[in-house]
Amino acid sequence: MTETSATLVQGTLDMLILKTLALEPLHGWGISQRIQQLSRGVFEVNPGSLFPAFRRLERAGLIECQWQTSENNRRAKYYSLTKAGRQKLKSETKEWERQVAAIARILQTAS
Amino acid sequence: MLRNLWGGMRGLFVKHKAEKELDDELRDFLEKSTTEKMRAGMTREKAHRAARMEIGSVEAVKENVRAASWERHLETLWNDLKFGTRLLRFNPVFAGAAILSLALGIGANTAIFQLLDAVRLRTLPVKNPQELASVAIDPRKKASGRFEGRRSELTSAMWEQIRDQQQGFSGIFAWSPTQFNISPSGEVHNVQALWVSAEFFETLGVEPALGRVLTPADDHSGCAASGVVISYSFWQHEYGGDASVIGQPLSINRHPFPIIGVTGPSFYGVEVGRYFDVAAPLCAERILNAEDPMSDAKDMWWLASMGRLKPGWTIERAASQLRAASPGIFEATLPANFNPQQAKNFLTYKLGVQPGGTGVSDLRGDYESPLWLLLALAALVLVIASANLANLLLARASAREKEMGMRMAIGASRGRLIRQLLAECLLLSILGAALGALLARSLSQLLVASISTQRDPLFVDLGTDWRVLGFTTGLAVLTCILFGLAPALRATSVSPGLVLKEGGRGSTDGRRRFGLRRILVVSQIALSLTLLVGALLFARSLGKLAGVDAGFQRDGILLTDMDFTVLNLSNERRISFANELLDRVRAIPGVDAAASAAIVPLSGNGAVHDILPGTDGAAKEDSPVAAFNRVSPGFFFTLRTPILAGRDFDDHDVAGSPLVAIVNESFARKIAKTGNPVGAMFRVRSMSKTTGPYEIVGLVKDTKYMDLREDAQEIVYTPVAQYNRQDQDTQILIRSTMPISSLIAAVKTTASGTNANVDVSFVVFHQMIEEGLLRDRLMARLSGFFGGLAVLLAVIGLYGVISYMVSRRRNEIGIRMSLGADRGSIISLVLRESLGLLAVGLGIGIILSLLVSRAAASLLFGLKPNDTATLVVATVGLAAIALAASYVPALRASRLDPVQALRNE
Repeated sequence: MTETSATLVQGTLDMLILKTLALEPLHGWGISQRIQQLSRGVFEVNPGSLFPAFRRLERAGLIECQWQTSENNRRAKYYSLTKAGRQKLKSETKEWERQVAAIARILQTAS
Repeated sequence: MLRNLWGGMRGLFVKHKAEKELDDELRDFLEKSTTEKMRAGMTREKAHRAARMEIGSVEAVKENVRAASWERHLETLWNDLKFGTRLLRFNPVFAGAAILSLALGIGANTAIFQLLDAVRLRTLPVKNPQELASVAIDPRKKASGRFEGRRSELTSAMWEQIRDQQQGFSGIFAWSPTQFNISPSGEVHNVQALWVSAEFFETLGVEPALGRVLTPADDHSGCAASGVVISYSFWQHEYGGDASVIGQPLSINRHPFPIIGVTGPSFYGVEVGRYFDVAAPLCAERILNAEDPMSDAKDMWWLASMGRLKPGWTIERAASQLRAASPGIFEATLPANFNPQQAKNFLTYKLGVQPGGTGVSDLRGDYESPLWLLLALAALVLVIASANLANLLLARASAREKEMGMRMAIGASRGRLIRQLLAECLLLSILGAALGALLARSLSQLLVASISTQRDPLFVDLGTDWRVLGFTTGLAVLTCILFGLAPALRATSVSPGLVLKEGGRGSTDGRRRFGLRRILVVSQIALSLTLLVGALLFARSLGKLAGVDAGFQRDGILLTDMDFTVLNLSNERRISFANELLDRVRAIPGVDAAASAAIVPLSGNGAVHDILPGTDGAAKEDSPVAAFNRVSPGFFFTLRTPILAGRDFDDHDVAGSPLVAIVNESFARKIAKTGNPVGAMFRVRSMSKTTGPYEIVGLVKDTKYMDLREDAQEIVYTPVAQYNRQDQDTQILIRSTMPISSLIAAVKTTASGTNANVDVSFVVFHQMIEEGLLRDRLMARLSGFFGGLAVLLAVIGLYGVISYMVSRRRNEIGIRMSLGADRGSIISLVLRESLGLLAVGLGIGIILSLLVSRAAASLLFGLKPNDTATLVVATVGLAAIALAASYVPALRASRLDPVQALRNE
């Protein structure tokens, strides 16, 4: 892991995966790359936590998976958002924004 | 949620597919990562390496993914259990010893506790049992009169007074346990029965399963038409649960009574340890015993009473009300035939009230303290078993230290290892507990069966006591955790590299752990010595009781009771009919001798009257008393009791001839105060009536009267023919060498040949006597079992420790041998070690035995709890067995090949 990468705030990985999948279905490697890109390299996602998160979300019914043939003609597992996942993302985002705003307010007044 | 559950299930059962998909997915990820890195300019090899570095251990990722799902925990547990089972299978001796010792400890404790609970602690299965209370004379004093049944606490007159004068009870009833002969003719078929007053079922709140129960309308004088209630179990096994039983007649002592109802399945009466087949209203007693009803005899104690307290009334309040009413009640119920001393004593009686929620039971008096003692013994066994388990686990823990280090080195987490060990503990304990539960079931049934007899059957409602089972299992788990996990924890806290480097030896302080094992073995020896001493005490006590000189020969005698109440003979005809029966029995080929007796020795029946020496003079307050028996000529010859002086009764000692008596040695010594009292005269005072004078015509050897344990007491025998109120039955003692079954058949034929209306029943004399020793036999057997078990466990423990010591000291022994030590010195080196442990253990054990055996003092016969011989035998015996057990590893040590032993280093 590089020096620049940061550890994710507990519980935010699930939200980031949901967000990534909101655009289009992706396979595991794609998701990790997309998160890295979108965060401009700040977050580097370890497969050790990524795959358990997939399993978790799948069990919770927020994402579903499908085996498809990928670009280079290999079988790959594609994840996509379910209806519940889409709703969850919406509510999580809202909640996240609310919390970030609150934290920001606290930090501003404190300094 | 449902999906989650489904996924989990799928994950568990279609594991292979899920695993494969995960593998594919990870491979795909790796592939893409490598491609990406190659695009950035790395060589394929370098890119692959970097990708692998990034992803870390594939196995670890997989482990993490698996850990994300709930079924994982179940799976881990399952794997741990599987692994544990495999380990146990590889160590069958360890597994067998651990599980078996746990099972025995758990089983014995559970069995005894559930018996104790059933007899002592559990409440009656009726509505609001805590409101019930029994009424009796309190404190219980010496009473005069006649006594009938197990619960002879009140007379009918007292019961009627209590019923009419009590204020604290919303309902109160009287009852009496008895037996009914339900055979309409021929050989007697006795069933367990209850006399109950009208309010019995109503007060207890017992509902019928069929028909109706007795109500106050059924209990009135001359209740000829009223019926009886039968119990559910009687209905099931006697009538097959047939509903048409209602209205059918049931013959009770040859009187038909209609069956009016069946009680619910859980109701067994108010007497714990007993059951009833038939319950009849009190008023019917006058029908059955028409000649001399107990209901009308003021000196007949045969009833017990119980009531349900009114709301707001406490036991104390009800008791004080009855205490206040007592003088009036006893004034009104004073038997007219009491002499002045008896009357004075009678009028001091006070009524009291005792809690009755747990019912009443004579088993409590007889068996409560033995059961507590047995529970204590069983608890000791469990402690020894736990110590054994601890010992085994400690031995294993040090052997597994290396394994633990290895597993940690290849990436197992500490928590994971601890979970694994816990699962093993659980496995051991659960297997032990399951086996223990099975054992408890059969053991407690065996216990009840062993104190129940055909003449006096018991019923104890036994359920598996989950509390005790849970408690004992918990104890086992705790032992396992304490002794299996603690060393493991210590081992896992050490750096794995260190453990592996340590080579064949454990990293933790071997001496310290070894010390713990020594302490365990010493305590095992001490406790098992205590149990062994207890076992020997009870065995010797039983032996002394069985061998006690009763003054007669108990073998080869059959007792038969021939009842001819139905013939309704006059008093004069009874004696001639009884004589005819006796003569016919004597004429049976193969019968050596036969005689009749009003009281069969050691049957528990008895009568005691005052003796007034001389031919006249008034009664004095301190008149001596003696036990009485009415016997036919030939009684002493039949029992083989020697006549020491004078003569036996003969056919001239009949009604109208001078009154004669035969006395025993104790009577001669203590009352007649002479070596040969033949010719001396005395009179007898029974209640307020004085009879006599009697002339002593014979002197016989002392015999036991009511109980084998009693000291010799003064006994007077009078001829049955001189008694002026003959019974309507005769008890005949038959001495014969014939097989019992053919003798019984012959006696039956004889009885029915004399008159078809004679009811006969049989008891084998020596069996009846042995039944009197049930409690002693039970204690001897169980304590023997526990003692043997304890010794076995202790010996296994000692053997384990010595073997362990030998294996730890292989090098030392090897060096000693190569320096010239011979076999003998090696053996003595090892034996010295075990002797040391043994000496300390036995020393503590002796002190412990002396302290603990005091609790058994009241249960022993003919020896003191600190009996030296017993202590010596137990100590020497245990020492011998223990030394033999440690001789095996000593021998093995002496046969070590020194070269091999040293090379192993």
